[in-house]
Amino acid sequence: MRQTLAQKIIARAAGRDHVTPGDVVTARVDLAMIHDSGGPRRVAPILQDLGVGLWDKDKIVLVADHFVPGDTEEGAAILAMTRDWARRTGVRFHDGLGICHVVLPESGQLRPGMFAVGGDSHSPTGGAMGAFMFGIGATEMAGVLATGEIWVKVPETILVEWTGRLGDGLMAKDIMLALCGRLGMDGGKYQAVEYTGEAIRALSMQERMTLSNMAAELGGQTGLVAPDDVTAAFLRSVGGSVPDLSDLHSDEGASVLEHHIFDATTLAPQVAAPHSPANAMPADAAGKTTISVAYVGACTGAKYEDLQAAARILKGRKLAAGVDLLVAPSSKRDQDRAEADGIMSIFEAVGAKILPNACGICAGYGTYRLGADVTCISSTARNFKGRMGEASSQVWLGSPLTVAAAAVAGHIIDPREMLA
Amino acid sequence: MSGRIFLLGDDIDTDQLAPGQYMRGGIEAIAAHCLEAARPDFAPSVQPGDIVVAGRNFGAGSSREQAAEALRHLQVAGVVALSFAGIFYRNAVNLGLPVLIAPSIDGVLDGDLATLDADGGVLQLTVKGIALPLDPMPENLRAIIQAGGLVPYLKKRFATDDKGPSQ
Repeated sequence: MRQTLAQKIIARAAGRDHVTPGDVVTARVDLAMIHDSGGPRRVAPILQDLGVGLWDKDKIVLVADHFVPGDTEEGAAILAMTRDWARRTGVRFHDGLGICHVVLPESGQLRPGMFAVGGDSHSPTGGAMGAFMFGIGATEMAGVLATGEIWVKVPETILVEWTGRLGDGLMAKDIMLALCGRLGMDGGKYQAVEYTGEAIRALSMQERMTLSNMAAELGGQTGLVAPDDVTAAFLRSVGGSVPDLSDLHSDEGASVLEHHIFDATTLAPQVAAPHSPANAMPADAAGKTTISVAYVGACTGAKYEDLQAAARILKGRKLAAGVDLLVAPSSKRDQDRAEADGIMSIFEAVGAKILPNACGICAGYGTYRLGADVTCISSTARNFKGRMGEASSQVWLGSPLTVAAAAVAGHIIDPREMLA
Repeated sequence: MSGRIFLLGDDIDTDQLAPGQYMRGGIEAIAAHCLEAARPDFAPSVQPGDIVVAGRNFGAGSSREQAAEALRHLQVAGVVALSFAGIFYRNAVNLGLPVLIAPSIDGVLDGDLATLDADGGVLQLTVKGIALPLDPMPENLRAIIQAGGLVPYLKKRFATDDKGPSQ
C-alpha cells in the first residue's frame, strides 16, 4: 500500500503496518518538548491533581524561552519555578540557550521519522528534520507526559511543490508568505503539509526549518520535508545519530488531498501587511510604507542564516534616520557562530540593539513590546493585531533580507535593489 | 439556558483570545482582556450562557490553551464556527468547552438570543425561531466535554481502571 511520509511515521508510532487518513489512532510519542510558558507551570499542577508521574524523563525536553530574560516579576517567578521543576524531575533542560524550535534540532535529539509533540504552535518546525511533530496545549501535554501516548486523526497530505530554484534575494520566508497569501491561514486544513520540489531540495536545513515552522501559519498540523543528504549532514554536525532514511519519504503515487505546484524562479520578495500573514504581496507593491522599527527575531527569522542574510544587506550601510533595528538571535549557538564570523559586529556597527536569545517581542510576554502606532517590519511569523505590542501598532512581515533593507531605506523595499 | 450571540469574523486568533501581555498572569487576568482588540465590549459584557459564533479558522495561532480556558472561565455556552484551527479545537475539548462546526451561519446576527444544544447539535435562535443544524461532535470527544474536560475525564478513568494510567 502506497503511503505518505506522514502515514508511515504515524503507522510506526501506532504499532500498525499502515494507517489511512481519517483513522483515529493512539500513538506512542518518541519525544515531547515543552517550554516555560505551557510547560511546568501548567502541567505540574495537572500531574499532581491526577497523582501521576512522568512517563519517561529522558524523552521530555524542556526549554526556557518565553519568559527569558525574566524581565517582569511574574515572568521571573515562572522561570524560577521552571528551573526548580527541571532539577526535581531530571528532564533534559535547555536554559538560556535560545528558542525551543531552534534549540531542539541543534541538540541532536530530534531525528527523522520521530513522532513528536511540542507544547507550542510552531512545533511543526521539527518537520524540517523529517519528524512528524505538532503542537498541543498544556492539558493535552500533561496527558502525554503521564502516558507517553496521544490520539491523532491520521491527516491527509497536502503536497506543496516548488519547481526551479529561488533567485538571489529570495528566502524560504518568501515562499511561506506567498503560500499564506495563496492558500490562506487555514489552507493547511490541519492536515500534513509536505514541501517538495527542486527549490525545496536545494534549501539548507535552517531554511527548511523556516518552511516547516510556518506550516503553523498555513493551519497545517505539521510541515514535512522528506529527509535527505542535507538532513543527514545537519544531524551529524550537531552530533545526532542518523537513522535509516531509505523509507522516510512519501511513496510515488501515494494518495494526497491536494497537490499545489509553484514556480520558484518567478517569486519576488514578499511582505505581509498588518494583521495577517495571509495579507501577502510583493515587497515592491507595499507602497514604500515607512517603518520605524525593524525586528530580526524569533524561531522563524533569526537563525544563523537569517542573521547572515540581514548582515549581507547591512554591511557598509547605515540605518535610515529614525529607524531602530532590534536583533534577537534565535539561539546562543547561532549567535556564537555569527559572532565568530563577524556578523554580529556588522549589527553593532549600524547600532542595532541586540536582545536575548528568546521569544522576545514576537511572543510579547515581557517588557519588550511595540508602542502605540509604531510601524514595524519583522522577520517573525505572525503579525496578529496586538501580538507584539499595542493594538494600534502595525506589523509587516518579511524575510530577514527584506527587514534589513527596510531598516536601511526607512521604508519597505525590494531587497534585491540593495544586492545588485 | 439562553444567551446572547457574539458574532465574530474569520481567523479570530489566540492572541486576541488570550493576549500575550497578560499570559504571565492567571486566567482571571487573561479572561478580563479576552478579545479586547477585536471586541472591546466582549469581556466586560459577556454573561454566563452567551454564545460565540464565528467564521472560518477560529482559534488560529498559538497553542496557548488559555485561549479556550478564558472562554470557559467567562462561562460561554460554547463556540460555533464555520471551522476551527486544529490546536484550539483540541484544547477546547480538553478544557470542556463545547466547540461545534456549523455548515452555515447565515442569518445569525450579533446580539441574537439563542440556546446551544451541544449534544443535539443545534443552535436555536429563540426569537427568530430558526434552528441552525451543527455538525455532531465525535462521540469520544463529547465524552470528554461531558466529563468537564480531559483532567476530570482521566481522573474518572484512572479511578475505574486498576491498571493505572494508560490509554
